[in-house]
Amino acid sequence: MVMKVYGDGMSACVARVLLCLHEKETEFELVPVDLFACHHKLPSFLSMNPFGQVPVLQDGDLTLFESRAITAYIAEKHKDKGTDLTRHLDAKEAVIVKLWSEVESHHFNPAISAVIHQLIVVPLQGKTPDAAIVEENLEKLGKVLDVYEEKLGKTKYLAGDSYTLADLHHVPYTYYFMKTGHAGLVNDRPNVKAWWEDVCSRPAFLKVSPGLTVAPATN
Amino acid sequence: MAGIKVFGHPASTATRRVLIALHEKKLDFELVHIDLKDGEHKKEPFLSRNPFGKIPAFEDGDFKLFESRAITQYIAHEYADKGNQLLSPGSKNMAILAMGMEIEAHEFDSVASKLGWEQIFKNFFGLTTDQAVVKEEEVKLGKVLDNYEARLGESKYLACDHFTLVDLHHIPVIQYLLGTPTKKLFDERPHVSAWVADITSRPSSQKILL
Repeated sequence: MVMKVYGDGMSACVARVLLCLHEKETEFELVPVDLFACHHKLPSFLSMNPFGQVPVLQDGDLTLFESRAITAYIAEKHKDKGTDLTRHLDAKEAVIVKLWSEVESHHFNPAISAVIHQLIVVPLQGKTPDAAIVEENLEKLGKVLDVYEEKLGKTKYLAGDSYTLADLHHVPYTYYFMKTGHAGLVNDRPNVKAWWEDVCSRPAFLKVSPGLTVAPATN
Repeated sequence: MAGIKVFGHPASTATRRVLIALHEKKLDFELVHIDLKDGEHKKEPFLSRNPFGKIPAFEDGDFKLFESRAITQYIAHEYADKGNQLLSPGSKNMAILAMGMEIEAHEFDSVASKLGWEQIFKNFFGLTTDQAVVKEEEVKLGKVLDNYEARLGESKYLACDHFTLVDLHHIPVIQYLLGTPTKKLFDERPHVSAWVADITSRPSSQKILL
């Protein structure tokens, strides 16, 4: 039985999971959830994720939500095929992957998702982006990227010299971010830019990016 | 055994998260006090330990880490055979654990930390509590705790039938919130209330209180 992912490919959090599945060369079925019709808030969906968010993964009798828990599960279950996303053969390298995954989760994600929320989601709700929120979070994001610039001067990828979940988790939101008028935050940092161009051209991501269809406002 | 050191502050929730894990594993360690008022965490040599300038930082011999939830996971795996079990064996059980840790990090902590900041930590800096923010965040926390209430009706602890990192990660912020009016949100939900009483009365939870 193939794994089922409930969601829509335009959601960055769903894309995170799809990207992981492609890197692990794992078959899956994408079960569409109509986000614009708020089907993720219906009781039938809430019984899978009481927080009413996509993605949800079903693998046999296991139901999981939270995209980074799902990617960790997929990477572990299929650790012997596809890309090594967790460095599981070396305990210390494995925890460094977790460390930089925490960095994405706690430092990078709050800033970038706030910008994307203002520039993509808010206009879809018929409202105007809050420029102050965008500016405040661009500043925070810049400081995070300064740390990345230095780290990526020492290692090819964030957790070391191979591509792992720590890099993968960044990709979908960054893809949307690069479509806004603020791509300079990445392009003006040579190591970050080189890393971005590398990770976004991986074959697994080229299968996912066509689904990331929402167009942000460019301001 | 090489020395374990935690670089942080005894009142910091993230530092406490690591200290509780070390106590659960009955490990010896040294807490190196970082002077937050002096901005020590934003300067060298601390920045070499954590370029994001946040406590705690950690070392076990010459192995260095930051991010409290990566550190607790390291402690739980590296010292799996010592002290109390903080994990749950098997890939499906570990997936449930991972999910619980993500929920704590993304759904619970973002709201609970704001409530801690407004009602407690702002006072240390001579700032005033914004009651409008407290009211708004309590509504959000209530919804998260409704989900926890349902879950704890089925399972003694959040991930499974024994205490794990998922429960542990919640303890420091909850301890602070129990000293504020937000305590009522926990008291009003019987399964949550029992769970809170259980996890905050563990010896390791008591050891880190000042």
